[in-house]
Amino acid sequence: MSILIDKNTKVICQGFTGGQATQHCKQCIDYGTKLVGGVTPGKGGQEHLGLPVFNSVLDAVKATDATATIIFVPARFCKDSILEAAESGIKLIVCITEGVPTLDMLEVKMRCDDLGVRLIGPNCPGIITPGECKMGIMPGNIHLPGKVGVISRSGTLTYEAVKQTTDLGFGQSSCVGIGGDPIPGSNFVDILSMFQDDPATEAIVMVGEIGGTAEETAAEFIKTNVTKPVVSYIAGVTAPAGKRMGHAGAIIAGGKGTAEDKYKALEAAGVFTVKSPADIGKGVAEVTGW
Amino acid sequence: MNLHEYQAKELFRSYGIAVSNGIAANTAEGAKESAIQLGGDRWVVKAQVHAGGRGKAGGVEVVNDLDGVENFANKWLGKNLVTFQTDSKGQPVNQILVESCSNIADELYLGAVIDRASQRLVMMASNEGGVNIEDVAEATPDKIFKIAIDPIEGPNKSQADELSASLGLNDKQRLQFRDIYLGLVKLFMEKDLALLEINPLVVTSEGDLLCVDAKINIDSNALYRQEQLSSMRDPSQEDERESKAAEWDLSYVALDGNIGCMVNGAGLAMGTMDIIKLHGGEPANFLDVGGTADSERVSEAFKIILSDSNVKAVLINIFGGIVRCDVIADGIVDALTQMGVEVPVVVRLEGNNAELGIRKLAECNLNIIPAVGLEQAADLAVKAAKGVTK
Repeated sequence: MSILIDKNTKVICQGFTGGQATQHCKQCIDYGTKLVGGVTPGKGGQEHLGLPVFNSVLDAVKATDATATIIFVPARFCKDSILEAAESGIKLIVCITEGVPTLDMLEVKMRCDDLGVRLIGPNCPGIITPGECKMGIMPGNIHLPGKVGVISRSGTLTYEAVKQTTDLGFGQSSCVGIGGDPIPGSNFVDILSMFQDDPATEAIVMVGEIGGTAEETAAEFIKTNVTKPVVSYIAGVTAPAGKRMGHAGAIIAGGKGTAEDKYKALEAAGVFTVKSPADIGKGVAEVTGW
Repeated sequence: MNLHEYQAKELFRSYGIAVSNGIAANTAEGAKESAIQLGGDRWVVKAQVHAGGRGKAGGVEVVNDLDGVENFANKWLGKNLVTFQTDSKGQPVNQILVESCSNIADELYLGAVIDRASQRLVMMASNEGGVNIEDVAEATPDKIFKIAIDPIEGPNKSQADELSASLGLNDKQRLQFRDIYLGLVKLFMEKDLALLEINPLVVTSEGDLLCVDAKINIDSNALYRQEQLSSMRDPSQEDERESKAAEWDLSYVALDGNIGCMVNGAGLAMGTMDIIKLHGGEPANFLDVGGTADSERVSEAFKIILSDSNVKAVLINIFGGIVRCDVIADGIVDALTQMGVEVPVVVRLEGNNAELGIRKLAECNLNIIPAVGLEQAADLAVKAAKGVTK
C-alpha cells in the first residue's frame, strides 16, 4: 500500500516536449512510472520518448485512461493547465513549476476543491512511492520501499529525510513534497490524514519551515487524529523576520510563522521534534524503537 | 516588491480612492515648488523609503512655511533614514512627498492580505488606526473586523457596508467607504498585490474618509504581467547583494555571521544555517543556488558571498538530485581557481555521483575541506571560521 500513487497509476505529462519535462519524464519512466503520454498543444499526433503526444488533456485522457498528470509548463500558463486537467477528468495533479502568482492559486485551489481533484504543489519536487511510481524530480535512487511516510514543504530537505531513513533501513511508504508556496494545492493535514489511513505507513516524518501557520494547523490535527508516531523538523530557526527565504511562502511576517512557535505547537501535540536536519532519521529510530 | 508611499497613492488615485493631495520631489527646490502648487500654509513632508516607523525616526514632519519644506528636504535628501524596521545603515531618501495637511478627527485602519489559512483575500478594518496593527491583533483581536472575499465572485457592496457598520461609520461615510473598499479590492486583484495597508485611514474634521498613508507590496511571481508596477521598482531601496543575486536567479539574504553558505534548495539552505548555529557558529547568509547549479552560477554565488568581508569560511552543501555532484565539483574547482578564494571552503556533496565529485575536490590542491554528512560539514565549517585547523 501507499498513498496517492502506485505501480498502476497511469500518468501523463503537461508541457511534455519541453526540456525540463523531457529530462525528468525520462527518469520517471526509467524508475518504472506508468507514463502513458503527454500534452503539448500543437504537437498532437507526434511521438516523444516513445509515447503519444496530445493537443489537450481531454484527448490524452480519452486515449489513455490516465488519472494523474505532472505539470512542467511555465508559471504563467500553470493556472490554465491545472484547470484544464481538473476539468478533463484528471484526479491527481502534480505541479512542479515554481513562480505561480498567488492570486492564480486562490482561484485554482477553489476550483480543484469544487471538482474533487487533488492538487500537489506548485513549486514542489512531486510525489514518489518507492519501487512503484515516481511523479517528480527527486532522485529515485535514494529511496527504499518501506514504512515511513514523508511530507515536506522543501525539496532538498525531503531528500535529507529520505536518505537518512533509507540509510537506517526503514524505507518510505510514500513521499510527498507539498511545495514552498503560500497557497499550496494540498497542505500537511491533507497528507497526514492519508498517511494515518495507509496501512503501509508506520511512522510519519513532517518537514516544515518558517512562514504561515500550516504546521500549527497540522499540530492541532495530529493531536486528535493521528495515532502513528510523527517526527518533525522545522527549518529556519535562524531566519530573520520579514525576509523571504527563497520560497515564496517562507517569510516571518508580523511576528507570525516563526520556527519557535511551530516547534511549540508540534511538541504540545505530542510530536517528536528534532532541531537539526541531520537528526531526522535518528528521531524516527528513537520514537519507534526500530 | 515594495512601492513607495507616493507611488501607492498614485495607484489609489487611479482607482478613485480618496487620498490626500500631494506631490513628490527629488530636490529641495522641487519640494518647495510642490508646496506652492498645492497651496495653503501647512504641509506634511514625508521622506520616501521602503520602511515603516518613519514618523518616530524624524522622517515625517508637519511644517508651517515654505522654508520648513525646504529645510526638511535639505535635511533628508541624499541621507539615510534609520527606523526600527531598517538595519543600522537605514534606507536612502531620494524623494520627499509634500502633502496638504488634513484636520484629523479619527484614525482607522484598513488593510488587505492573502490569508494563507482560509486561502482567501481578506480585508481587515479596525478603529485602532495609527498604531502598530500587529500589536492590536495580538492584544485585542476582536478589535479587528475581517471580510473574506471569494476569488471568483469578487467583492460586493454589502461586504463594505458590513465593515462600515462594525467601524460605526455614518451614512455619508458609508458611501465613501464603499468606494474605498471596492476600489482597493479591485486594485489588489488587478495588480497582483500581496499586501495593502492604509494606516491610518482618517476621518477628517469635516467627516470625510481620506487615505493618509499607503503601503503596497506586490507578488513578485506576478511581475511579468505587471509592467506598470515593475517600472516603479526602486533598486536603491534594495540590498545591493540581494539584487545582484536576483539577476542570476540566486536567492540571497545577508545575515550577521561569518560562515558563508551556498546550498541547493531553500529548505536545505535554511537547514544549513540552523545546523551551523547548533554547532556554535553564525551563518553569514542564506543562499539558494537552485537545482541547476553549474560552474557559472557557482562562481557568481562565490562572488556575492565573498563580497561580505565578514566571511571567514564558506560551507557548500549540495544534495545532488538530478544535478550530478561531479559537475558541481568541477564548477567549484573552476570558480576557486579563477577567483583565488583565500578563505577555507568546506564542501559536502551528497546524492548523484557524490563519490566522484568528492574525489575531484580532494585531488585539486585547493583550500577545500571535504565533509561527509551534514553534521561533519557544519562542524568543520565552524572550526574553519574560528581558524582551527584539522
